[in-house]
Amino acid sequence: MVDDLYQDLILDHSKHPRNCHAMDDATRRAEGYNPLCGDKLKLYVKMDGDVVKDASFVGSGCAISTASASLMTESLKGKTREEALKLLDKFHDLLTTDTPVTKDLGKLVVFCGVRDYPARVKCATLAWHTLKSALDGATDTVTTEE
Amino acid sequence: MPTSVIAPAFDVEKIREDFPVLKQHIHGKPLVYLDSAATAQKPVSVVDAIRHFHEVDCANIHRGVHELSQRSTAAYEETRAKAKQFLNSKTVNELIFVRGTTEGINLVATSWGGKFVKEGDELVISAMEHHSNIVPWQLLCERNGAVLRVIPMNDRGELILEEYEKLLNPRTRMVAVTHVSNALGTVNPVKEIVAMAHKAGAVTLIDGAQAAPHIRVDVQDLDADFYTLSGHKVVGPTGIGILYGKSALLNAMPPYQGGGDMIKVVTFAKTTYADLPYKFEAGTPNIAGGIGLGAAFDYVNAIGLDKIAAYEHELLLYGTEALSRIPGLRIIGTAREKAAVLSFVMEGIHPHDIGTVLDRQGIAVRTGHHCAQPVMDWFKVTATTRASLAFYNTAAEIDALAAGLAKVKEIFS
Repeated sequence: MVDDLYQDLILDHSKHPRNCHAMDDATRRAEGYNPLCGDKLKLYVKMDGDVVKDASFVGSGCAISTASASLMTESLKGKTREEALKLLDKFHDLLTTDTPVTKDLGKLVVFCGVRDYPARVKCATLAWHTLKSALDGATDTVTTEE
Repeated sequence: MPTSVIAPAFDVEKIREDFPVLKQHIHGKPLVYLDSAATAQKPVSVVDAIRHFHEVDCANIHRGVHELSQRSTAAYEETRAKAKQFLNSKTVNELIFVRGTTEGINLVATSWGGKFVKEGDELVISAMEHHSNIVPWQLLCERNGAVLRVIPMNDRGELILEEYEKLLNPRTRMVAVTHVSNALGTVNPVKEIVAMAHKAGAVTLIDGAQAAPHIRVDVQDLDADFYTLSGHKVVGPTGIGILYGKSALLNAMPPYQGGGDMIKVVTFAKTTYADLPYKFEAGTPNIAGGIGLGAAFDYVNAIGLDKIAAYEHELLLYGTEALSRIPGLRIIGTAREKAAVLSFVMEGIHPHDIGTVLDRQGIAVRTGHHCAQPVMDWFKVTATTRASLAFYNTAAEIDALAAGLAKVKEIFS
C-alpha cells in the first residue's frame, strides 16, 4: 500500500518542513540537484569545531525529498562530523538493502518504506548527498547522478 | 461488441484486444497506460513481424545472394515503401532509416549544418522544443559559430508567429520546429512556419516524433525540407525511425557516418559514396526494427489516421473536462490546436508524489520535465504530471485517472 511510503510523519514534515530557511552564518553550504526531476536543494550547516551546531535547507521538492531534508536537519544537530557521515551510511543502507532496521536511526526509520519504491530512493537521498558535499567542503553542485 | 461511449463508431475494445500488454494488472489494479507520448504500446502484428524475421527470415540485408538475405532485404525495403505512403514523400530515396527522431535531427545538424552553416548564421528553434531539437543545434553553434534564436510562445503554449516573423532575416539558415509539443500537446501551424522560413530563404526541419502517430502527415503538402519521426511512438519498436529529406538537399550533404553499405567503391586513394538513401545508412541497420515498423504503419493505416485523430480528440475533450473539475489542478498547455496530451500541476503536490500514488493504482503517467526544461521554466514549474493518450485508451481510463487524483488529494491535503 502506498500508505507504507507516505507515513504520517513524512506527510507532516513535507507539509510543514522544519529548519526550512536560509542561514546567514552557516560555515558550510552546498547545493544538491536531482536532474531526473529538476529538484534543487540548498543546505546550510553551522559547525562548532567538529560538531554540527545547526543545519537548515531551502528548496522545492517532492514530499519524500522535503521530508527527508527536514528530518535530516533535525537529526544532525549535536552530532560530530564522523557521526553524521555514519548516519548517512546507515540511512543509505535502510533505503537500498534488506538490512534489519536499527534503533540508532531514530525517526529516520520512517523512510524504510522507500526501499519498495526504487524510483524514489534518489528523492530520499538528495539531502544526504548534499550533506556529504557540505561536510567535504566541495563547492560544486552535487547531483544524485554520480 | 462494446464500443466507446464517447465515439460509438470507434470500437476501442476490439482495438485493445490487439495490445496484450494492456491486459495486465499492476499492484492489483488493471493497468491504465497513459504514457504513450513516451512510447506507444505495440500491437500483436508488430511483435509477430519481428518474431517472424528472427525465426524465419533472419539474414543481413543488401549483401547475400542467398534466399534469406533476399527475403530480409525485401521485407526491410518494403517498410521504406510504406513510409513513403505514410508520409507521402515523392520517392523512397528521400527516406533514411535512423534510430529515431533524435538521430534524424543530429544527422541533419551534423551533415547539412556542418557544410552549410557558417559563423554568424542564425538557426531558429522554438520555446517548446524537446531537448533533442535544442542540443544538436547548440552543438552546431559551438562548432560553426552560428547563433540560436528562439520563437516565443504565449500563455496557452502557442507559438507567437508575429515574433517568429521578426526573427527571420537573410542570415537565417535553418528553422527547426516541433510539429506537436510533447510537454504541452500544442499542434503547431507547421505549414505556415515552413512557408515563412522559405520566404526568408531558410531550410526547415520538422520534429514529427509526437505528430506522426496522431495526425496525418504529408511532407509534400507541408513542403518541409526535413521531417523526422520515431518508430516506437507509432506503435512500432524502439531503435528505428525515419528521416525524410528533399533529395536535392540530401544529395548536397556529405555522409553522416562512414562504413559498409554506404559506398560504391572504396580504395585507399578515394571512396565514392552510394546513392540515396544508402549514402546515409552505414553499417548493418536495425533490420528487425525496420520490419516491425512496416507492420506498425500497416496497423495504423488499417484503422485510419483520420479516425484515430477524431477519436483521440474526443478523448482529449473528455479528459480536459474531467481534470478541470478537480480543485487546485491546473492544466499546462491549453492551445486551441492540441493533441491528446494532458500536462498538469496540482497545488502543493509534487508530480513525483502524484506519479507514485497513481502507479500504485495501476495508472502509468510521466512525471518530470519531459526533456523540455525550457518549457518548464517558461511556465515557472519544475515539473508536471503528464497523461498522454492514444487510440487504445478509453473514457473509463480517464475516469480512473480522475479517481486516482482524488486519492492523491486525500493523501496530501
